[in-house]
Amino acid sequence: MVAVLAIMALVIVFSQPSVPSPAAELVVLVPSADGHTGAVVVEHGGKRAVLDKPYAAHRIGRDSGPAQLTDGQVRSTFGATAAAIPARPAAFLLYFVMGSDELTEESKGELARMLEELRRRPAPDILVIGHTDRVGAEEDNDRLSLARAERVRQNFVAQGIAAERIRAAGRGEREPVVQTADGVDEPRNRRVEINVR
Amino acid sequence: MRWIVTLAALAFAAVSYANDVGQIKNMRGTVHVERDGQKLAAATGMSVRQSDVLVTGADGSVGVTFLDNSLLSIGPGSALAIDRYSFDSTTHDGQFDASLKRGTLAVVSGRMVKRSPESMRVHTPSSIMGVRGTEFFVKVTEPGR
Repeated sequence: MVAVLAIMALVIVFSQPSVPSPAAELVVLVPSADGHTGAVVVEHGGKRAVLDKPYAAHRIGRDSGPAQLTDGQVRSTFGATAAAIPARPAAFLLYFVMGSDELTEESKGELARMLEELRRRPAPDILVIGHTDRVGAEEDNDRLSLARAERVRQNFVAQGIAAERIRAAGRGEREPVVQTADGVDEPRNRRVEINVR
Repeated sequence: MRWIVTLAALAFAAVSYANDVGQIKNMRGTVHVERDGQKLAAATGMSVRQSDVLVTGADGSVGVTFLDNSLLSIGPGSALAIDRYSFDSTTHDGQFDASLKRGTLAVVSGRMVKRSPESMRVHTPSSIMGVRGTEFFVKVTEPGR
């Protein structure tokens, strides 16, 4: 009887799975693309730890607590993950000849550079918003602002960007960059904003 | 009858569009999206919705841009659940909860965090990260791995 119990006990002991290594977690704050470092609050087991310095880290698991990593350590652990971060949302401005949907010579060059940037994005979402200065009637400016946005949109499509990925809208003279009296010719307000993400 | 089916399809399309909270912008290797109990093959340009789980194979990685310009990416052998996402494009108020079940995650916070810090939270099996901005990485190693 004792022997049977002993064997059963042994069977139970040896049938237990080997103790798994504990779960481990790591959080590390890094400088953003513009060089600024933000902050992350880590809550664990009722405690809060604030990370607010470049490469400040917090580990949870066998060696829990704060840590300081190097850029190289972050790269070796998170390189493939960092490479998959989508392209940053970006904004561009193009300027127009007065009363026209014709780009200024300078903006024509800028458009070519912008197309290169758009082509680097496999699935871009593009929003083109046209604006005018305060020369002319408001309703004419509504039409002109939309014509400017549409012209840029058509240009992108002609250059091979998929039409369904681009939306165009006109805001007339409602959102000037530079506030002016009515009727003032202001080149900086004759523009389209292009937002891509 | 055909009209009813067409209308129903249109209504469904409108609803599913409203549920889209992000879009896959980058992808490598094996990636799928678990949605409503189904396992869908991921593709660049595919929409991401609340309650989706993104899963990568040993060779996979995927990056998603959300409505508020938050960016998330996961590396090989990872699983990330989009638990909750809301964003008001006028006020920039919102709430974003995501859970890293395993693997590696990169976070670049967007407009909602700029508007109200810690409106975005990343959950791991044992912790919660409140995001004040802007870029950080998280790794979760499962027990016994």
